[in-house]
Amino acid sequence: MRTFANEIRDGLDQALSDDPSVLVFGLGVPDPKGVFGTTLDLQEKYGEKRVFDMPTSENAMTGIAIGAALGGFKPVLTHQRLDFALLSMDQLVNNAAKWHFMFGGQRNVPITIRMILGRGRGQGPPHSQNQQSWFAHNPGLKVVMPALASDAKGLLLASIFDPNPVIFLEHRWLHNAQTEEATDMPIPLGEAKLLREGDAVTVVSVSYMTIEALHAVDVLKEQGISCDLIDLRTVTPIDWAKIETSVKKTGKLLMLDTGFKSFGIAGEILAHVTESCWSSLQLPPARLTAPDYSESTSPALTKDYHVRAEHIAAKIGEMTDKPVSIEPILNQRGAAHDVPGTWFTGPF
Amino acid sequence: MTPELAKTLSHGMRRIRTVEETIAARYSEQEMRCPTHLSSGQEAVPAAISAVLRPTDLAVSGHRAHAHYLAKGGSLKAMIAEIYGRVTGCARGKGGSMHLIDEAVGFMGSTAIVGGTVPVGVGLGYSLMLKGTDDIACIFLGDAVVETGAFYESLNFAILKNLPVLFICENNFYSVYSPLSVRQSHIKAIHEKVAGFGITTQDGDGNDAASAHEIITKTVADIRAGKGPAFLEFSTFRFREHCGPNYDDDLGYRPDQFIEGWNAREPIRQFETRAIEDGFLTLAGIDQMQEEIENEVKAAFDFARASDFPPAGEASQHIFANQMKGSWK
Repeated sequence: MRTFANEIRDGLDQALSDDPSVLVFGLGVPDPKGVFGTTLDLQEKYGEKRVFDMPTSENAMTGIAIGAALGGFKPVLTHQRLDFALLSMDQLVNNAAKWHFMFGGQRNVPITIRMILGRGRGQGPPHSQNQQSWFAHNPGLKVVMPALASDAKGLLLASIFDPNPVIFLEHRWLHNAQTEEATDMPIPLGEAKLLREGDAVTVVSVSYMTIEALHAVDVLKEQGISCDLIDLRTVTPIDWAKIETSVKKTGKLLMLDTGFKSFGIAGEILAHVTESCWSSLQLPPARLTAPDYSESTSPALTKDYHVRAEHIAAKIGEMTDKPVSIEPILNQRGAAHDVPGTWFTGPF
Repeated sequence: MTPELAKTLSHGMRRIRTVEETIAARYSEQEMRCPTHLSSGQEAVPAAISAVLRPTDLAVSGHRAHAHYLAKGGSLKAMIAEIYGRVTGCARGKGGSMHLIDEAVGFMGSTAIVGGTVPVGVGLGYSLMLKGTDDIACIFLGDAVVETGAFYESLNFAILKNLPVLFICENNFYSVYSPLSVRQSHIKAIHEKVAGFGITTQDGDGNDAASAHEIITKTVADIRAGKGPAFLEFSTFRFREHCGPNYDDDLGYRPDQFIEGWNAREPIRQFETRAIEDGFLTLAGIDQMQEEIENEVKAAFDFARASDFPPAGEASQHIFANQMKGSWK
C-alpha cells in the first residue's frame, strides 16, 4: 500500500533520476521531516546542487527558478503552504505566466511550483487558503490539483516535464491517502477522470473534495441514487468536454471546490455549463464550497465551515428530490470534524 | 587604453546615443506606439560592459534596456522592429521597448516590473554554476531596484551560493520624478549598503567609459575565477524624461546645478576629447565611425518600417508552449 506522500516523493525521485536537469528546492526540502515525507532522502541521493533548502525568500526563489529554467533546467519549488507562496505572485504572474507570451513564443518556462493546501486543526486564516482561482485566472499558468493517491505521481511527472509553469496544489489532508494502483507514467494535464457513473447528478470535484464526494456518491448509490463523479485533476487546462457530456446526460450539475465561494473556480464552471449546456439543464447548477470568510483557528468555529460528505449527500437528495439518509456517512466517521482521520494528530 | 579599445568604447557609446536620439526624433510620428525609456546620457557603462562580456555570458535588464540589449550584441534591427510593433521584432511585437530578448547573444530578457529580472538573473547564474562554465550572468539594474525585496532576496542567494553574477547598478538618482533622497536613507550609499551583505562592491563614475571599463574588466575576471558575485554602482545622468522622447527639465524636479554639473561631464565628448589628446582617436576616424553608425541605424529603421505587423491571430497565441526549448542535456 502506497500513500499520496510516497507517490509524490517517488515522482520527484523518478524525475531527478530520469533527467539531470531536474532540480528540487524549497524550505525544509532536505530536513528530517522532508516536507511531510515527500522529499525524504532526495538530497542524499542527488546532491546539494540539485536538491536544496532555501532562504525564506519566496518571491526571489521563484524568480531564481525561472532563471534556472531559462538556463536549461527544470526546477521544482516547494512551499509548505500555499499562503507563503502568495509572496511570489509577482514572479509567478508577471514573469512565469507571461515569459512565453511576451517574448513572442521564443522561450518556455518549465517550472513546477508545489503548494500545500491546509485545512482544519487550527490552521487559521493564513494557513488554510485554497486560492487555486488566483492562479487559474492567469493565462499562462497551469493548475493541477490531484485528489487520488494513484494520480499523484503521474500528475507530478506530467507537471515537471510540461514546458510551461505549473502550479501543483497538494491538499494536506491527502498526504496519507492510500492506493494500490500507482503508475510510473505521466498523466496528461487537462484530462479529468470519471470516478463513478450514474445519471442522477453530475458531481464535479477537485482535490480533497473528491474524497468527500466519493463517500457521498457511494453511500447514495446504495440508496438508489447514482451520480457521475468527475475528478477534475487539472483546473487549467480544464476538461470541458467531459463535464459537458455528463451534464447533457444528467441535466444537473453540483460543483465542489475547496476554495472560497465567490469569484472562484466553482463559479467559473457553473457559468460555463450555464452557457454551454443551457438547454440540457433541469435545475440551476449548484455549488458547495468554503464560505466567503477565512477559516478560524478554534475548533468551535470550524464545525460548520467545511463541506463534508454528509452535506454533499443532502444536497444531491435535494437536487434529485429524493429522500436520502446521511446516517451511514456519519457512522463511518471515526475522527473529529477538523482532522482527516485519527492518524492526524498535528501539529500541521 | 589602446586605439582598439578607444574605438570600441567610442563606437559603443555613439551607437547607443544615435539609436536613442533617432527614436526621440521620430517618436512623435506615432508609429512607435509603446512606452519607451531612453538611455541617452547613460551610454558609458553599457559600452564598457560590451567590451568585456562574451556572447556566452548571459544578461537581463529592466525597463530602460535598449543600451544593455545593444551592448550585449542584440540585433538592432529586431529591437527597432519590436518598438514599431512588427512581426520581425525580437518578441514578434508582443513585448515592445521594455521586453527585449536576443538569446543568440545571451540577452535573456528585459521586463517592465522594477526588480523583476534580478532573481531571474541570479537563477541564470545558478544554471551557469551547475554547468560548470566560467561564463557569468550580468544583471542590469537602476537605483530604485535596491528598494525592492526581490533585490535583497536575490543578493542573499547569490552570495550564499557563490554564484557567477555581476550586479551592475546605474544610479541616475531619480525614479521617474522621485529623487533618491525621498526613497533611500542618506546614511550610506547604495554600494555601502550592499557591501554589508558580504559581497565585493565598488563604485565608479558612470560617465567615464575608460575607468568603468577598468573596473568592470577586473571585476568580471574575478567572477570568472570563481570569486563569487560582485556589485558595482556607477553614478550617471539621464538626459531626457523618465519615459518618452522629450526633455523635461522645465518641470524643475532636478536642481539646475545638478543638471549643469552632469552636462559638463557628458560621457562621449569627455571620453573622446581625452582619447584624441592621447592619440588613440582622430577626428576623422570619429566622423567616419559616426557615418557608419548612422547608416546602420537608418537601415534598422527602414527594416522596421518595411516589416509587416504580426497577423491578428497572433494576439491569442503563445499562451502555452507545446515543446521544451533550450533544455540542458
